[in-house]
Amino acid sequence: MKGTNLGEFEEIVLLTIASLTTEAYSVNIVDDIKRLTGRSTKLGVVHSVLSRLEGKGFITSSLGEPTKERGGRRKRFFEVSHTGKIALIKSKEQRDTLWSVIPKTVFQGIQ
Amino acid sequence: MKKKPNTSPPVWLDRILEFYCKSDLLEDLQGDLHEYYYRNLKKGKVRANLIYLLDIIKFFRLYTLRKPQNSVSMNFLHLLSNNLKTSIRSLGRNRLFSSINIIGLSISMSIGILILTYITNLLSYDTFHDKSDQIYRITSSYHNAVSQDKFNVASTSVFIGEKIRESYSGLEHIVTLRNGFQDDIAIKNHALSVGGIYASEEFFDTFSFEMVSGDKSTALQQPNSMVLTQSIATKLFKKTNPIGAIIEGKDKSYTITGVMADIPQNSHLQFEALVSLKTIEHTLQGREKADFYSWSSIWSNYVYITLPEGHDTNALQQKIRQITDAENAQQENHTINLHLESLLDIVPGKELSNQIGPSTAWTAIYQIVLLTLIVVVSACFNYTNLSVARSLRRAKEVGVRKIVGASRWLIFLQFIMEAVIISLFSLAIAYLLALVWKPYFEAIFMDDYPMDMTFTLTHGIYFIGFAIAIGLLAGIAPAMAVSRFQVLSSLMNTGQLKLLKGLNLRRALIILQFALSMMFIIGATISYRQYQYSLNFDLGFNTKNILNIPLKGNDSGLLKNELEQLSEITQISKSKIIPSTGNRSIHGAKFQDPQDSVMVNINYADKNYLPAHEYEFIAGGSFPFDTDQENPKFVVINDFLRKRFFIESPEKAIGQTLTILRRSEAMKLQITGVVTDFQHDRINSKVGPCAIIQGQTRDFEYLNLQVNTSNITKTMDKIEAVWSQFDTIHPFEAQFYDDELQEAYAEHERLFKIFGFLGFLAISIAAMGLLGMAVFTTETRLKEISIRKILGASESNLLLTLSKGFLWMLFIASAIAIPCSYLFFDSMVLEDYANRVTIGAVELLSGAVLVFVLGWLTISWQALLAIRMNPADTLRNE
Repeated sequence: MKGTNLGEFEEIVLLTIASLTTEAYSVNIVDDIKRLTGRSTKLGVVHSVLSRLEGKGFITSSLGEPTKERGGRRKRFFEVSHTGKIALIKSKEQRDTLWSVIPKTVFQGIQ
Repeated sequence: MKKKPNTSPPVWLDRILEFYCKSDLLEDLQGDLHEYYYRNLKKGKVRANLIYLLDIIKFFRLYTLRKPQNSVSMNFLHLLSNNLKTSIRSLGRNRLFSSINIIGLSISMSIGILILTYITNLLSYDTFHDKSDQIYRITSSYHNAVSQDKFNVASTSVFIGEKIRESYSGLEHIVTLRNGFQDDIAIKNHALSVGGIYASEEFFDTFSFEMVSGDKSTALQQPNSMVLTQSIATKLFKKTNPIGAIIEGKDKSYTITGVMADIPQNSHLQFEALVSLKTIEHTLQGREKADFYSWSSIWSNYVYITLPEGHDTNALQQKIRQITDAENAQQENHTINLHLESLLDIVPGKELSNQIGPSTAWTAIYQIVLLTLIVVVSACFNYTNLSVARSLRRAKEVGVRKIVGASRWLIFLQFIMEAVIISLFSLAIAYLLALVWKPYFEAIFMDDYPMDMTFTLTHGIYFIGFAIAIGLLAGIAPAMAVSRFQVLSSLMNTGQLKLLKGLNLRRALIILQFALSMMFIIGATISYRQYQYSLNFDLGFNTKNILNIPLKGNDSGLLKNELEQLSEITQISKSKIIPSTGNRSIHGAKFQDPQDSVMVNINYADKNYLPAHEYEFIAGGSFPFDTDQENPKFVVINDFLRKRFFIESPEKAIGQTLTILRRSEAMKLQITGVVTDFQHDRINSKVGPCAIIQGQTRDFEYLNLQVNTSNITKTMDKIEAVWSQFDTIHPFEAQFYDDELQEAYAEHERLFKIFGFLGFLAISIAAMGLLGMAVFTTETRLKEISIRKILGASESNLLLTLSKGFLWMLFIASAIAIPCSYLFFDSMVLEDYANRVTIGAVELLSGAVLVFVLGWLTISWQALLAIRMNPADTLRNE
């Protein structure tokens, strides 16, 4: 059931986690995706993606300290695992390879 | 980011999430949501709450759901399955005890579930009407200050219905019914005899009977309108449309205005045909009319009122009281009080006479339930007794369980469950038994009105509930006893573990069981004796070989002429009623003093009647001749009536004139004879004043045939052949007088059957319980017996030692049962009977002795088995 391919939205979430380094927990992730990509997402969607990513072994999680605005509940912080990093690099390489073979004329007039 | 105390979401919303969410996801998920909530508070608290709720719903996903294994209730299920396993093992290990318990419980429960079905059926009566809780019936209580007559009847007057309709506005519908419709209806050549009730227009507005065809609102508007039930309509019309058809009755014709679905069995109104009340109303004239609408004619009419929803009966009651007070003030001797009775309180309901249909009083139900409970509880006693006695054997098991960590409560639960499992198992057998007994049950309880006794799913649920209740009742005492065991003492010296504990309780239960069984048997004996006594009672006239044929409206003279041709019939007489079978007719009578009137039991007869029945004349004789057209001229009175009118001697009465008041007419009759007092009513009542009036053709309802034959079947066939030539509509019904008497006392027979059957069950259950106890005691005393035997005790000596305790209990049981049943039957059941058996030593002792002997046989059987064992076998393996 648990495949190892990386979906488009999954990749975005994974990249966001990587960019947030030690501050990556669900609410922050949702906020950052909105801030950096302009895509507004719902917590529920992100949450289920996170649980899927964790299931695939791309991220690991650990519980942090309780905070007040969470009613004394702890945050779950996420970190990109080794397999996750490899998957990201792989995906980037694939894209770069593809980009490098596209003739410049294709995008003329747009950029 | 300071948080105020009121910035967290409502607790109940949190609960939802906590309910479904996996525990390892819950904390951070909830934290996230709270954070969002905190943000959303800027948009307002309500909005925030709403978003929070939506989020909680959105998070209801497969991966967030908790897996059911983790829940506490599943632990309980594990426990349950473990308990089930151990219970079944322990049942299997003790086959004798288990089968005694299961047989006893299933026998008693089979009765229980029949009674449950019976009662649920009774409680469902009339619930199918849409407005069943808004409909009320007016019932009457009649009190005559002079004769001291008191009657509580379900019927009331047409008057009150009319009066309420006119003067009380707060009601939806009011309908008046009148019983006693009976006619032979015919279309073309097809005829049928139907019975039913008269009903006023609003019948279908009040009751929710289904109309198959025809218009509910107009069906009963016109005189001579008739609504048939489906089954009668099909019989009469086959496939043609009956609506609008005109059918011929005996002396009027009816228009069929509707066909309604057959009446449900659980309706207190039962009829084949409905006839508009106007049919009677528009033919009434003069005195009859006044009588029909009078305040005091409360014997044949029934008034039902529908009140609006959310009603209050007070105002109506007030109104009724007003009318009652005004009317009673005008009456001389009697008062009539009216009451409102809810439709749902009719069956089962109060004990009222003159019901319009089937009725069962609450008191009868209580009695049945009480008798059943006695049998059921008796079987529970067996379980309790045997389990408490046997609990010692399981002391080790309990000890080990406790050491492993079972709490007292868990042990209790285990043993209660064991009882419930047994009782559920018994339920399965009880169900099969109930199927076997159902026909007999129906024959005893439902001979008048059939009842639907099919078991439905709802009944199944009741049965299971009943079985669980029985299990709890039976299991509670042993479970308490066992769970109380101390760990150490139960493991160390099981042999001496307070053997006497609970002994008194056990003894008391056994005594009670046997006392109850004895009471049942004594009850059965007394009922049977009373039944025999009633049948053999000297009524004061002959009933042997007399065949009574109900005329059903046929001409008595013509039929008599036909039947006289048969050689087997030696004599034929005619009469209105068959005395002593509970069939009565009463008129007022006056002698010389016009102020002094007496209510007299009357019968109309021809001149053959009295000699044919061998009435004993003290003076005078039967009527000199029969009359056909003229009014009756002669009367024969009994000695009681002579004394009541203070006529010095029977001879002086002959030739005197007696005035009999029949409805509105006063008949002047000449006394031609005086007979000895005879039993006019059933023997439950005393001998009263009687008069036999010379009757005309229209008065007679029976032919009394004196039959002299050696082959009854052949003779009956001949008579029937004559009848079927004569009357093509009514089936031939004839009964020998003695058989009719037997039917009249059927209640004693019924009582005998009920008591006998319950007694049989109670004895079987008690004997099985005793057997179990005997097995147990002899087993525990096996070594003692062996040692006694070695030391030289004789067999009879040992038998006495072993059975002494039980014999004492049987003695005490008889000492309780005999006086109790004597008092019960002497002062409660037979108290009102004018003629009754005297309850003697034979009746009382027979039951006790029977039970005693049975009990003693059970004990000595077990005791002898133990005594005859070789002492070496029992002592060797010490």
